[in-house]
Amino acid sequence: MLEVGIFKHFEGFTLDVAFRTEAALTALLGPSGSGKSLTLRAIAGALRPDRGRIVIDGHLVFDTDRGIDLPPQARRVGYVPQHYALFPHLTVVENVGFGLKDRRCPEARRRIAALLELTGLTGLERRRPRELSGGQQQRVALARALIVQPRILLLDEPFAALDATIRASVRASLLELQRVLGFQALLVTHDPVDAALAGQVFVLERGRLVREPSSG
Amino acid sequence: MSRPWSERFADTRHAGAVPGRTVQPARLARRALPSPGSALLLVGAGLLALLILAPVAAIFGRVLPSGLLLTTLGRPIVVEALRLTALTTLLTLLVALVLGTPTAWLLARWRFPGRVLLDSLIELPMVLPPAVAGIGLLMAFGRRGLFGPALEALGINLSFTTAAVVLAQVFVAVPFYVRSARSGFLAVDRELEIVAHTLGVSRWATFWRVTVPVALPSLLGGATMCWARALGEFGATIMFAGSFQGRTQTMPLAIYAALESDLEAALVLAAILVAVSFVVLLVLRQAVGRLSGVADA
Repeated sequence: MLEVGIFKHFEGFTLDVAFRTEAALTALLGPSGSGKSLTLRAIAGALRPDRGRIVIDGHLVFDTDRGIDLPPQARRVGYVPQHYALFPHLTVVENVGFGLKDRRCPEARRRIAALLELTGLTGLERRRPRELSGGQQQRVALARALIVQPRILLLDEPFAALDATIRASVRASLLELQRVLGFQALLVTHDPVDAALAGQVFVLERGRLVREPSSG
Repeated sequence: MSRPWSERFADTRHAGAVPGRTVQPARLARRALPSPGSALLLVGAGLLALLILAPVAAIFGRVLPSGLLLTTLGRPIVVEALRLTALTTLLTLLVALVLGTPTAWLLARWRFPGRVLLDSLIELPMVLPPAVAGIGLLMAFGRRGLFGPALEALGINLSFTTAAVVLAQVFVAVPFYVRSARSGFLAVDRELEIVAHTLGVSRWATFWRVTVPVALPSLLGGATMCWARALGEFGATIMFAGSFQGRTQTMPLAIYAALESDLEAALVLAAILVAVSFVVLLVLRQAVGRLSGVADA
């Protein structure tokens, strides 16, 4: 469950978005500059709305009326930015294990190995991000976000940076991963094909929701 | 749904796998050099190289064959200058890291009133003549300077002490570090830090585990430039700190002082400075080249 109601005024732009979703995969669809990424950042806690309320999976993380504003560290969200933002100085294993308290303890090693296996990254443990293909980089970003078992996974244009020829298979893989691990996800996209994957779609234009198609 | 993940992502390896395409044009361009115009270019470059090489060669020409290095290295003026220079430049470097790093971070990441002014102020010493720095430091921290009476009341006398040497070096050299560190921090993608925060890593830990490693080439480059600038500091030091052997006489000052009385010592000190500077440049190129190779993924 995700409940978002946020308002933030910028110079020449106002973000005013409110929606509520129970779908496992929800899409925010809109052209660039419509405020999709800002909404994602606000949910992640990297952008502070002027007023509003955000409830993730039953946990109130932001509420201006009650003076609640949990820092990103306490929100338990997985964030996958458009260009993945992998740590360039760290290997695949170090990237994936970044959010774990002790990456070297047996339990952590087991979890990292399992997630690498699940995302098809086994064998690439010692590689650095620049030695990976776009698809591989995306999977590292997914694994890195999922390892801390977030209450919601936030995906910013997850397929836009990928080669068109592999986009379909990567979309299918995301759904498969979600089926296996059972996490809730919100994806932001300008591509209606991506949005078609979602159980619920919200359309964003110039900082506002314009319509709310029923679940598909 | 039964195929493994790795196969379903039918992605190919990186574009780097076709090296011939990108390398070829560059190689052709290099071969095309010996035309009449480019001969002129070579002459120009050769002249400039000669101009820089001549003084360096002249120093080593006097120092190396004569075995001066061994006979002179033990003289008090040389030993004291080496010790004092090592001490003061390392202290300056420490000040740069401790005060300069947060300042650079502030300038790179925070929007506050007067930021542009502070930015320009910190870079001012880079374009200021050292003599101006010297007189400015005297007028501020000298015995009859702005803070002179206050410092004296506290029992502190700065001018003509080793502390004054460090102060002069900090004034002229630290801006080099701050400038480089600031652009290093600016170049760190904010998304990296946001991701680290969402993974539960504190801001402090994120700074050390993400921001500093990613900005490391700029930090190292800035630190080296700062140290090298402190090493060569002359004008501000001689005006504000004077030239007292063992107390304020760093290597450049000792070279100047020995020029008439002990040319051999001056030559040896000069040779050491040239060698150190050259090694610094080489190491810097290697280190920054390798590190930025990692960082610009």
